[in-house]
Amino acid sequence: MIEEIQRRVNADQALQHRGRWVNLTFVFGIGDDDYLITISAGKITNIRQRHLPTDTGSFSIRASKDSWDKHWQVTPPRDYHDIFAMLPKQIARIDGELLPLMQNLQYFKDIIAKLRDGKGDENGG
Amino acid sequence: MAVEFEPMIGRYFMLEVSGKSYRIYMEEAGRGIPLLCLHTAGSDARQFRHILADADITSRFRVMAFDLPWHGKSNPPKDFRNEDYKLTVHGYKAIINAVCSALELESPVVMGCSMGGRIVCHLALENPAYFRAMIALEGADKLEPYYNLDWLYRPDVHGGDVQAAFVSSQVAPTSPDEYRWETLWHYMQGGPGIFKGDLHFYWLDGDFDDRSPQIDTAACPIYLMSGEYDCSCTPEHTLATAQRIKGAKTTIMDGMGHFPMSENPALFKTYLMPVLDEIATIT
Repeated sequence: MIEEIQRRVNADQALQHRGRWVNLTFVFGIGDDDYLITISAGKITNIRQRHLPTDTGSFSIRASKDSWDKHWQVTPPRDYHDIFAMLPKQIARIDGELLPLMQNLQYFKDIIAKLRDGKGDENGG
Repeated sequence: MAVEFEPMIGRYFMLEVSGKSYRIYMEEAGRGIPLLCLHTAGSDARQFRHILADADITSRFRVMAFDLPWHGKSNPPKDFRNEDYKLTVHGYKAIINAVCSALELESPVVMGCSMGGRIVCHLALENPAYFRAMIALEGADKLEPYYNLDWLYRPDVHGGDVQAAFVSSQVAPTSPDEYRWETLWHYMQGGPGIFKGDLHFYWLDGDFDDRSPQIDTAACPIYLMSGEYDCSCTPEHTLATAQRIKGAKTTIMDGMGHFPMSENPALFKTYLMPVLDEIATIT
């Protein structure tokens, strides 16, 4: 399922344009599974499961599978509707070097929300 | 073909507050009970354009919305370049009292959102006899920060972009896309450091949960209205505030976020009209 993010993001030219300054790998956690998402000029070039502790990214965004499933509902319940609504309720966690995340915050929220039945690009996550 | 002008009139006036002079921009429409509207932190009075254009409201209320100093089309003080903007309880109250005085408002209703929803309770506590009623949208007497304010004002992060991205989490996912992004556009346009300076009041200087029980709602009725999806002033924060303000009337607005008047004006009207109807009957 996570690989679907790549297809949807790379099919969205406007989203790629907004992320045109983003060149990095970040860690996206679903429950106990970490995935490394590599972005080049706003395009997702690779998504792979993390197997080695030395294989890492600039920052991480993690939540349980159940929480992401709620986040990706067409109309998500309150507290799950945006990563920055999940953080204060400790439903999601972020860590690492946050500067590139903050410099492109709406972009990162939007690429993660892309799994929301294709509507995640313009609704702010 | 002639243009169809919207009904609100925008004007400027000079305001003296605490020894400083500000050029203030305000819009108004309607006649009747004065209804002064206070915008959220980091935004401006454009948030109230739907209220100002609603004949069901302006037929009974003189609706006024002004940009705070440093916001929207109101100027900062002339020596602003030597000052780091920071809103305080004292300074915010002084501005609103000065506006009420300058406009010679008699028994106004004040409707503020977010930090505006917080300050109206301070004003009700201080001078309940003067105000007809207070509407606190997304306002609570005790809040906690959930991100570091320094992200809002630094040279390596675009302030407008990050502000809009932060507050987009506070908009309901069901609000119309057009109005979500209009609300966020206002955040993209704020002056450098202004949202951060407002949040000093909203998060750090504005708590008054220890004094909330002293508010006399018999003298000045208080209506607390908060959105289901507001992750800043949550329904829980609002209900806790209502517990402390004896006699406060509370509405949790389903399907609404932190910006009711601008993110979903049609839905907000369904919640607001009964409150305004009740306020109109207060003698």
